[in-house]
Amino acid sequence: MALPGWMLYLIHTLFPANTRRPTELGADVLIIATGAILFYILIIKGRWRHVWTEWITTVDHKKIAVLYLIGALAMLFRAGVDALMLRTQLALPHQGLLSALEYDQLFTTHGTIMIFFMAMPFIFALFNAVIPLQIGSRDVAFPRLNAMSFWLFAFGALLLNMSFVVGGSPSAGWTAYPPLSENVFLPGVGQNYYLMSLLIAGIGTTMTGINFVVTILRMRAPGMTLMKLPLFAWSALMTSALIIFAFPPLTVALSMTLIDRLFQSSFFTLGHGGMPMMYVNLFWLFGHPEVYIVVLPAFGIFSEVVATFSSKRLFGYEVMVASLVSIMFLAYGTWVHHFFTMGAGPAVNAFFGLSTMLIAIPTGVKIFNWIFTMWGGRIRMTVAMLYQMAFIPTFVIGGATGIILATVPVDYQFHNTYFLVAHFHNVLIGGTLFGLLSGMYYWWPKMFGMKLDEHQGKWAFWLFFLGFWVTFFPQYLLGLEGMQRRMNTYPFGLGWHMLNVISTIGAFGMGAAFLVLVYNVVWSLRHGERDVTGDAWDGRTLEWAIPSPAPEYNFARIPVVNDRDPWWAMKESGATLANSLSASDIHAIELPKSTPVPFLLGASFFLFGFGMVFSWWYVAILGLLCVIGTLIYSGFNYEEHAMLSADAIRGTEASLGRLQA
Amino acid sequence: MVDSDKAPLPKFPGRSSRRRWLFGAALLVGLLTTGCGPQYVLLRPAGPVATKELHLFELAGIAMGIVIVSVFVLYAIAIIRFRDRPGNRAPYMPNWHGHRLLEPLWFIVPAILLTIIAIPTVGVTYQLAHLPKTRDPVVIDVTSLQWKWLFEYPGQHIATVNYLVIPTGKPVLFELTADSPMNTFWVPQLGGMEYTMPGRVLPLWLEASHPGLFWGHSGNFSGTGFAAMFFHVKAVSPAKFAAWARRLHRTAAPMTLGDYHRLLTFNVVGESSYGAYPASTFPSTKTGFVLRGGMYTPMHNDPRKG
Repeated sequence: MALPGWMLYLIHTLFPANTRRPTELGADVLIIATGAILFYILIIKGRWRHVWTEWITTVDHKKIAVLYLIGALAMLFRAGVDALMLRTQLALPHQGLLSALEYDQLFTTHGTIMIFFMAMPFIFALFNAVIPLQIGSRDVAFPRLNAMSFWLFAFGALLLNMSFVVGGSPSAGWTAYPPLSENVFLPGVGQNYYLMSLLIAGIGTTMTGINFVVTILRMRAPGMTLMKLPLFAWSALMTSALIIFAFPPLTVALSMTLIDRLFQSSFFTLGHGGMPMMYVNLFWLFGHPEVYIVVLPAFGIFSEVVATFSSKRLFGYEVMVASLVSIMFLAYGTWVHHFFTMGAGPAVNAFFGLSTMLIAIPTGVKIFNWIFTMWGGRIRMTVAMLYQMAFIPTFVIGGATGIILATVPVDYQFHNTYFLVAHFHNVLIGGTLFGLLSGMYYWWPKMFGMKLDEHQGKWAFWLFFLGFWVTFFPQYLLGLEGMQRRMNTYPFGLGWHMLNVISTIGAFGMGAAFLVLVYNVVWSLRHGERDVTGDAWDGRTLEWAIPSPAPEYNFARIPVVNDRDPWWAMKESGATLANSLSASDIHAIELPKSTPVPFLLGASFFLFGFGMVFSWWYVAILGLLCVIGTLIYSGFNYEEHAMLSADAIRGTEASLGRLQA
Repeated sequence: MVDSDKAPLPKFPGRSSRRRWLFGAALLVGLLTTGCGPQYVLLRPAGPVATKELHLFELAGIAMGIVIVSVFVLYAIAIIRFRDRPGNRAPYMPNWHGHRLLEPLWFIVPAILLTIIAIPTVGVTYQLAHLPKTRDPVVIDVTSLQWKWLFEYPGQHIATVNYLVIPTGKPVLFELTADSPMNTFWVPQLGGMEYTMPGRVLPLWLEASHPGLFWGHSGNFSGTGFAAMFFHVKAVSPAKFAAWARRLHRTAAPMTLGDYHRLLTFNVVGESSYGAYPASTFPSTKTGFVLRGGMYTPMHNDPRKG
């Protein structure tokens, strides 16, 4: 074939051999099919205008929440499929379903996506959906910044996922320790994708952190002192504070690796004075707070869910707040426990072992307070509550194995074994994911105006819960058998095969649970029980005091708060959705206007990132110019707000069944 | 401990659910017996380091078991007693939100349990950082390469690839470095692991208390050949060890710098032996440790370097 040289170059650069294997071709087919469906909906059915005005340019925190949720569930699917392929490969010894490189790529993207592109956006989905409503606010502090955070996440996720079919995936693990992640050992663009996508998404995450700190500190309803703040909002505040101070070290570590790779510096290289251990310190200086970034919101969700479904006040509110705050501070002081085996010396290791044990105390206190919230209540076993019920035993076991790993000399044996793998899945799934799913079922009526079907939800829950334990309990034992994480295969003679088979069966159980969950969502969107009361679960906090889904301006009249459970207290004195508002309370409201700037910024960063990944400097510079241009355009855009008239609000509220008097 | 091969299959009465019972029982027996099988290397220590670590694991496990059981009991009572069902006569206290005696209790009890773990943790951490004072160790310089292990015996002037022979009843001091991405040097039955890092030398001492054949592996992912980074450790009596080293030194061909550079190739190889090795292959380091009176001290003023 006589293709011109530049075309051959493009084909070889964009589609090297490792993107032309069956798994990648399968992904290609899926991508083309999804593209065709999108094309059909947007162009042929003409929905693009609706999608553009209502979703892409929106700055409404409730719509951004929906976008985050869609992104998170899609990424849960992607990284879940990765996990199933990994488990299939490991089911039997000497298995050759995946090559070593494919296996390495899949566990790298599994971890990276689950943490950065599943857990984080899922958390932000719930923050966006709930926090402004819970604190009685009309929006977040910086709505436009909020939309920008989302689009940076979305384009960062796109960049990372694209690596699978264009150019090749990263393959150094989600921690990407140098010198393995340097050019000498991993040439090609995979690691560049990892670095650029996390750097781009990281900007968005940091902005979200700042946004929610300001929102929670400055935009609470009158009367809501910090000690009347709902626990979920407290957890959001602590998470955001952690984000602000934890992401800079990650950015530094990733940037230095990027400079090593693209411009041949030697921060972390093998030889030339590179010090790989400095990367490890920087990474975990971020990485350990990150663990609490993803688990504190779950603690917050559980605190709301357990009080609501026990129909009882939260037990020990002050202590719950104190433990959140102390976990936030202690989280910065434990990072070395990720590498006790790097020869830091007994004094350092002992210090970090003890600091890690110390963090178990506030966490344990929370567990007892949740149990005593149920004590003397009336527990309703809804799906949201079931996830909470599963969380407590699961997280207690995960925490206990964490203490075992914090016992320094024991960690010398268990470091990087499947015992560790089981432990962190135990806390990340049993804590974070159970929490997020609980929150999703709990706040779904508020986000979408209908309940998720409880019967189907229970099926998904039980499959997920049992699948989880069948997957991960054997992995604790595999750790005791000496199996190391990230091995793409293992010999027959070590006795590891039986537990691996069981673990794989469990993983497929979790996969089945995900399918049931998707069915549950799709079915409920069409046939789910509508929520007309605005208060689907007999809730306690302010988000249940307004219609579901909340109108664009959230609160027609900003409520005055006198109680820790304000809506519960209002209901005690006879308030309902219908009678809690009168026409004279309503005045015109200023609302932020939609803008394409956040989307364009995200797209420009994507172009910049893509150019950097392939070292195509003209593309990178063009992307950077687009970023600057968009910012300048945004700077001259003075009409950021529009007024919504009092009559329009009265009309909306009347149509929602309020203002009858 | 039950021997996995000899565990009898239990017999269950009944007909309709018989097969399910049998399947469940077989699974359970399989799990329990494998729970004590010889493949549980972390529960089968073969030296003082691994034994100390196992004892600490058992202590932490028991303390955590107490926590787990007590939380589970409390939790089970709560969800059984306070479920929302018609006719539940348990007290309903919607506004009960604190208790002056209970709340401090769950600070104090976990703190006591953690202290019980913490004290020996610190003690053993310090113990393992120091070689036993009275006995001279055998020194082995370990270099992890892409994807193989090079072991050099500076006292015996021999080198091996992917296998070790060590004497029993004597501490072995491993000086660990890497001419590759990071790995960890780990022989589960002898004791915990330590990283091999380029540009640094880290110490790790282990000891085998009885003769045996153990496997070792890397604990830190280092690329596509990582899964193949197994090596064997053969523990033999000191006399046999000395004889083996002398024979190897006499009979095996010496390693040249060319041989070393061939080992640097990214590939997986089998075992091999050398009767000598060039001194420059073990990196001269700047931030490692030296032994002084049984303790590791930083190498800034290493007497060997002048």
